[in-house]
Amino acid sequence: MAPANPLSRAVSTTAFRLAAVTVAVYLICAGLIVGLLFWQTNRILTNQVLLTLHSEAQLLEAVAQAGGLPALARAVEARSQPDGLGLYYLASSADAKIAGNLSRLPPEIASSKSGGVFRYTKGGKAGENARLGVAIPVALKGGARLIVGRDIEEQRHFADEMGRVFLIGFGLLSLAGLAGGFVISRIVLKRIEAINIASRSIMHGDLSQRVALSGSGDELDDLAINLNAMLDRIEALMNGLREVSDNIAHDLKTPLNRLRNSAEAALRDPTGEEACRRGLENTIEEADELIKTFNGLLLIARLEAGALEDSAERFDLGRVVRDVAELYEPVAEERQLKLEIDATDGPAVTANRQLVGQAVANLIDNAIKYSAHVAEAHNTSSEVNVSVTTLDEGIEISVADRGPGIASADRERVLRRFVRLEKSRTESGTGLGLSLVQAVARLHGGSVRLEDNEPGLRVVLTLPRRLAE
Amino acid sequence: MLTSNYIRTWQAGELMRVLVIEDDRETAQFLQKALKESGHSADIAEDGEVGLGLAEEGSYDVLIVDRMLPRLDGLSVIKELRSKGLRTPVLILSALGDVDDRVKGLRAGSDDYLTKPYAYSELLARVEALARRPVPEEQETRYIVGDLVLDRLSHRVIRDGETIQLQPREYRLLEYLMKHAGQVVTRTMLLEHVWDYHFDPQTNVIDVHVSRLRAKIDKNFDKPLLHTVRGAGYTIRDGAG
Repeated sequence: MAPANPLSRAVSTTAFRLAAVTVAVYLICAGLIVGLLFWQTNRILTNQVLLTLHSEAQLLEAVAQAGGLPALARAVEARSQPDGLGLYYLASSADAKIAGNLSRLPPEIASSKSGGVFRYTKGGKAGENARLGVAIPVALKGGARLIVGRDIEEQRHFADEMGRVFLIGFGLLSLAGLAGGFVISRIVLKRIEAINIASRSIMHGDLSQRVALSGSGDELDDLAINLNAMLDRIEALMNGLREVSDNIAHDLKTPLNRLRNSAEAALRDPTGEEACRRGLENTIEEADELIKTFNGLLLIARLEAGALEDSAERFDLGRVVRDVAELYEPVAEERQLKLEIDATDGPAVTANRQLVGQAVANLIDNAIKYSAHVAEAHNTSSEVNVSVTTLDEGIEISVADRGPGIASADRERVLRRFVRLEKSRTESGTGLGLSLVQAVARLHGGSVRLEDNEPGLRVVLTLPRRLAE
Repeated sequence: MLTSNYIRTWQAGELMRVLVIEDDRETAQFLQKALKESGHSADIAEDGEVGLGLAEEGSYDVLIVDRMLPRLDGLSVIKELRSKGLRTPVLILSALGDVDDRVKGLRAGSDDYLTKPYAYSELLARVEALARRPVPEEQETRYIVGDLVLDRLSHRVIRDGETIQLQPREYRLLEYLMKHAGQVVTRTMLLEHVWDYHFDPQTNVIDVHVSRLRAKIDKNFDKPLLHTVRGAGYTIRDGAG
């Protein structure tokens, strides 16, 4: 689509078109101003000439009244200098020239009553350049005719000269404008081209490429900064996706493989029906685990896409947390754990009750799972503490245990999908529990943080205060 | 239509007529066969329009409706049926499994919602629970299973003349089980109806709650009433079998 020729490319750019339009507008404005100025100047000059002519005509009329035609003829003759600016022509009623420096009655004036512009040649010599004059007729008694005029050739020269200067000026202005537009468009083009080249190479898969900045901090730099920020985000998302698909490959393929193995083993088992039955039961169990993982993944993905925002309802957070904790109480008791619940009714929040419930359930489930180990190993009882606190920064749901805890270096990592610390690999679970808690928190505009419970782990799910409004 | 207002009340052990509206032939046939083996009869409709027609004409006890159907989607089928005054209980099957989708399904007029993939035992338990659901809700004041009596007015539980002290949650658990006496109730059903949770609690917390309840109602008596149904859930009933 883009022409190869740099000139035609520059001409086809927006920058150049803008420059051209701007130049055109300037030219029109300048033309109007200059034209007005010229016209006005011309008018003033012409008026002055006419004023002079009228006064002279009055004077000559007075001479004619006083001394008749001969006196007038003398006066006209006295004024008629061959190279002077004053132009005269006195004719008898029979149209014969009596006096004056005009060789003939200008035809432009002959028929006019108010006078006007005419052309004449000096001394009536043919071949000489016609000069421009302006004249008025003076009415005389007895049919004689007098024309009083003035040479305005100088004025015409001046006008011509001015016109030429303006034309040249306009020409230069347009050239400069267009050239400027061309240069600006070249500069802009070059930088846009750089952005385009970077974009193209990014489109071809090199996501690490970035658009270079000129350092001027102008709009193009802003554009480049935004593009780069967008690319950073895309790259992060892509990496996340890659990580997830790697995880899926591992965490879904492993149980799939187990499932396949158990089916195969059942088929191969020579002991017959009972083995087959066991194999099938095994298969279904594995399939159920897989479905669980799959559902968890899907739910997290949909939460991250913000798909469940409109399913919020009003409920008592304290009561829901207490309810969920009570659901786990017998389980905790069975595993020699004391579940301490520090949550009174309130605050009322607008959120997704099921998801918040599930997040709290995941946290309590984890706490029981990991601290029960420690309790069993040391044959002591241990406790899990669940509490809801309303602070200025937000509403905190905290679940704390006395288990092995998580080293501070690993705390960020365990929030990611499928991340299971080596120690917990032996425990049942999908590795999605905390990721889901985080996704739920984020969906509600909150956050999750992991702390040292000295000893043990404390997970705090913070929901923004505005949910309680 | 004569059949439209006629609601049959299903009793445990009785044959149940089911219409399966499902476009995947294999799934539909699997359900038909499985339902037959469970002692029920099932017809199949492979798209929404045929399904709607059959549901309007036939007297079915329960409809099992897939959400994604050719010609007329599942939710529209249900809306259409409900607008015509047909109140046959409907179980929706869906590959979508969000809280949102479930709410949408229930709003459209379905009575229960099950996400694919599901266990057949779960489906059967839910379908039987639906078929039995008395419409309109019958206000029974006492549930009786053998010598166990649950008085819904005084919230008292008595077995063989002896009052049994239950926690509020245990009482509700028993109430739900007894309401569906003779039927299989799955863990998910308990979680949904007794706790109102529609999520997976990871650990089998329900088992622990049921075993506590069992300790209270069965421990000191010769004949156990609360039974575990392997691979499915629980049932409360008088007598072995």
